[in-house]
Amino acid sequence: MSSLQSDMQDYKDLLSKYLETKDEAILYQAEQFSKQSIQQNISPDEIVNVHYQALKEIYPDLHEQIEGSFKFLIETMISYGLAYQEHQVLREKQIELKSEIGVAANMQNTLLKTSVPKTHAIDIGVKSVPAKEMNGDYHHFIKDEQGNVGVAVADVIGKGIPAAFCMSMIKFAMESFSENQIYPQWILDSLNRVVSRNVEQGMFVTMFYGLYDVYTHQFYYASAGHEPCFILRNETKEFEEIDAKGLLLGVESAVKYEQLNTSIHEGDLIVLLTDGVTECRVDGRFIEQEEVLNIIKEHEHLNSQEIVEHVFKYFERLQDFQLRDDFTLVVMKRNSSLSV
Amino acid sequence: MKETVSSVVIKKEWDIVGARQAGRQLSQELGFGSVDQARIATAISELARNIYLYAKEGEISFEELYDLPKVGLKIVARDKGPGINDLSAVMQDGYSTSGGLGAGLPGVKRLMDEFDLVSDEEGTKVTAIKWARP
Ligand SMILES: Nc1ncnc2c1ncn2[C@@H]1O[C@H](COP(=O)(O)OP(=O)(O)O)[C@@H](O)[C@H]1O
Ligand SMILES: [Mg+2]
Repeated sequence: MSSLQSDMQDYKDLLSKYLETKDEAILYQAEQFSKQSIQQNISPDEIVNVHYQALKEIYPDLHEQIEGSFKFLIETMISYGLAYQEHQVLREKQIELKSEIGVAANMQNTLLKTSVPKTHAIDIGVKSVPAKEMNGDYHHFIKDEQGNVGVAVADVIGKGIPAAFCMSMIKFAMESFSENQIYPQWILDSLNRVVSRNVEQGMFVTMFYGLYDVYTHQFYYASAGHEPCFILRNETKEFEEIDAKGLLLGVESAVKYEQLNTSIHEGDLIVLLTDGVTECRVDGRFIEQEEVLNIIKEHEHLNSQEIVEHVFKYFERLQDFQLRDDFTLVVMKRNSSLSV
Repeated sequence: MKETVSSVVIKKEWDIVGARQAGRQLSQELGFGSVDQARIATAISELARNIYLYAKEGEISFEELYDLPKVGLKIVARDKGPGINDLSAVMQDGYSTSGGLGAGLPGVKRLMDEFDLVSDEEGTKVTAIKWARP
């Protein structure tokens, strides 16, 4: 309590100087005093009392009515003091939680880490940014022994920590699949069984899975209720939607997914994304899918990583640098054989 | 109304005021400062309101403590109501239906120096002590 006593003396000195001089400099010191008091967890009722005591010392024969009014004020400030203290405790708890979530998010990043495969046939770019700390989107690359590239883009319906748990499960399931079973249909069939067996009802995952055959330049793909993806054809400079029929993962355990394929020509660009990209909302309006595609088209001449970075920067700015949804975009461009 | 009452029956909302008054008088006599008086009164309010709201009927009693040179006031709120199920939940900040007002039982604990809570299906007993600052 000694610090309160010395503060009390400071307060009294400030107050009496102010009453004499009405000096702005002293008001500034009063501001410092209040900040200091907050740092020392001194509650508002305490401050009112400090004022009351100081006043009594400065004016020993304070009017009885004034004294009474201060008692009244102190009484009404008690609840503010309590609310203030509770607020402090909840704030500390919040900081604690935040740092825990930070640790969890780091762990998620480590767990879900995937490296972009290097191959002469295609140039791959990827950008995945969570809206909050935990990412509810997921992407994953696999390269088989022959050098073919598998790519998954997924979105958990539901966000935050439960979504992150679900993603880790999917990743480990995918890693347990053997290297010669990387056809999209097989992968989605199997993942669907894992998800419906292990995840409680009401948690669903959409996934688009593609396999790029680097020898035949066929792109095989299947979709579990995911956003359609696109191919920007080099010849026509037009986007072609690619989509396949299939239920979300985890809805029903015995589902067969459709698998389709398409030829990829030199300079063609495959675009995989999550709805955080196509459904990003700005000032109440949804960004049209076309807008995304236009940005990609504008930067089509750049390399894949530069393209995804450009799209992300554009969106970040549109949304005032506060993403509303997780953003994941993968671009794969078939290199021209001359440039090899 | 000047005499020191050592226990107040809580039945009607109005009785809360009587309990506050009794507590204030005692705390004044024991030499508590104005902030502490106000804190004690607020704690009494919370306890008496809980009796009135959740147990319908009960009693707040006071005891002067002399552990010289310390003097203190002990408040006991007792009722034969339904009791409180999950004590640790109730004692957590933010649980009270007042939500964010910092009041409720955690508030009482904060306002006072010592706090104890016993409750079962037979009723609830809250004991709280405040020591006067010398
Ligand atoms: N004397 C009591 N008898 C039975 N239940 C009580 C009693 N006091 C408190 N409770 C229960 O504990 C809860 C928390 O009480 P409290 O912390 O005072 O907050 P609040 O009254 O604002 O809900 C109450 O909602 C009530 O369910
Ligand atoms: Mg209450």
